Amino acid sequence: MEPGDAKLGYFRSNLTWLYWALVAALALSILIALGQGRYEIDFYSVSLILLENIATVSESWKPVDERIVELIRLPRIIVAGIAGAGLAVAGAALQGIFKNPLVGPQIIGVSSGAAFGGAFAILVSESQVLLVSLAFVFGLLAIALVYIVSRQNGRASILMLVLSGIVISAFFSALVSLTKFVADPDDKLPAIVFWLMGSFASASYEKVSLIGLPVVFGIVVIYLLRFQLNVLSLGDEQAQSLGLEVEKIRWIVLAAIALVSAAVVAAAGVIGWVGLVIPHFSRMLCGPDHKVLIPVSALVGAIYLIHVDTVARTISPAEIPVGIITALIGAPIFAYLLRKASDKGWSAE
Amino acid sequence: MITVTNASLKYDNRFIFRDLRFTLPTGKIGAILGSNGRGKTSLLKAIVGLQKLSGGSIQATGSIGYVAQKTEITFSYTVLDIVVMGRAPHVKMFRVPSVEDYEIARKTLIDLRLDHLVDRPYSRLSGGERQLVMIARALASGCRILVLDEPTSALDLANQLVIFQSLQKVAKKSGLTVLMTTHAPQQVSLMCDYVLLMHNAEESEWGEVDSTLNAENLERLYGIPMREVKVSETEKTFVPLISTTEI
Repeated sequence: MEPGDAKLGYFRSNLTWLYWALVAALALSILIALGQGRYEIDFYSVSLILLENIATVSESWKPVDERIVELIRLPRIIVAGIAGAGLAVAGAALQGIFKNPLVGPQIIGVSSGAAFGGAFAILVSESQVLLVSLAFVFGLLAIALVYIVSRQNGRASILMLVLSGIVISAFFSALVSLTKFVADPDDKLPAIVFWLMGSFASASYEKVSLIGLPVVFGIVVIYLLRFQLNVLSLGDEQAQSLGLEVEKIRWIVLAAIALVSAAVVAAAGVIGWVGLVIPHFSRMLCGPDHKVLIPVSALVGAIYLIHVDTVARTISPAEIPVGIITALIGAPIFAYLLRKASDKGWSAE
Repeated sequence: MITVTNASLKYDNRFIFRDLRFTLPTGKIGAILGSNGRGKTSLLKAIVGLQKLSGGSIQATGSIGYVAQKTEITFSYTVLDIVVMGRAPHVKMFRVPSVEDYEIARKTLIDLRLDHLVDRPYSRLSGGERQLVMIARALASGCRILVLDEPTSALDLANQLVIFQSLQKVAKKSGLTVLMTTHAPQQVSLMCDYVLLMHNAEESEWGEVDSTLNAENLERLYGIPMREVKVSETEKTFVPLISTTEI
């Protein structure tokens, strides 16, 4: 292998090193993020506050510091990390299934479907479980519709796929607007609008479990199917001739993707572009083999979203929705990738 | 062994082929010849199970490995990653290939003299190397029958020879049954045992190469004059007599 090969992954031959570096970067990101905010706490105190949970440390900080770190910032950072990991893994799996490095949960319509499910749940009930359930059901429905609409003669061209994604997204966006239109403007409407914008501001330990269980479950399912994903990423015909149960495995992976995306949407609203950009970047680090791509994407995604969220809550006195920042970063990168890959992945096949 | 019984394929009420019948015995190499659009690829896909027939049936004793005419792979997997995917039928759901699976993949690569390519990305390989890697992937599955769609159509003469020699070697060594389509009758006469000539939708001819493949049959098949040429005491080949002055 030639050194520094982007297609194979720059660090493919140093995977252990890459994992440790990413784990260290994640730990460091969490510590930095815990100290940042309108009320700044120095790095040393943050480390001691966390250390106090597992060891005896003499208290050299104010009680308010501990409350901010452990009750306000930590759950928020955990939710952001889980969301980042989930979206990145969902994106990596989607790109594998559709054998195209340029698709993501948003392009494929799952985010809009989940958004409608969530908005509708807020309209009719207060239940968080219903919110996750409906986000999941409609996320999966959107993915299924895109899948059905885009297929001609048993295969989906990438162009058809993206266009179908636009159509289905537009349809569900209209349903979201309809939901807003009929919502009570004093009570339900602000709740829906605020939720849709995408933010980790409402994070709590309750939300950690709400998002954590489905996302971790989805990631584990996708990781267990890492070899099957490799085969599936060759395309239907090759996968079928290699004796893979193509339809069955694809639906299991799609369901896992919908579950992960829906849980993230339910907890933090629509956060776009993470699932598109992070797997692409991760592939440059570790190569396309899903055995490494899935864990690396999860780590990179978590690190990325923790930092984005830190910026979102510190850059101005009023908090900026995370979705805005990920789009501002993601859209130009996507445009660049699009131009770079226009000769390959986007042809009619 | 592959047994094709009254196989028919229809597109838009028009027969591509009709009532095809032949048996390729175990351990033999068979070739399918016919002009473009005769349905050669469709027939192969039907044998592999990627295409439904309009009528008739196909029986194969043993698992089938398939090598397509040209294989594009989006992501830049390494040669070993790709060959180990040939083990997919033996890897259960939610499982990954075992150490033995990797050993089989490596051994197949060594058998085809491709071991120096193990860590190379597929996208960096030449056309001939890619085709050999695809053959390795099919063989790694442990298939008893190998079906290839124009395995040498995009290759230069030297690489065509490499592919054919490799195929002949594995066929002899492990009793593999090989069926392929090709546009090169000269290769068929040198390396195949049986041949299917698909003249048109209704008429086709199957038989041993020595008795079935002759200049007259090939002229009918392609509509151009052909001549038989002696290569050695025992071997003969065919060349098209193409002259621009006649056109």
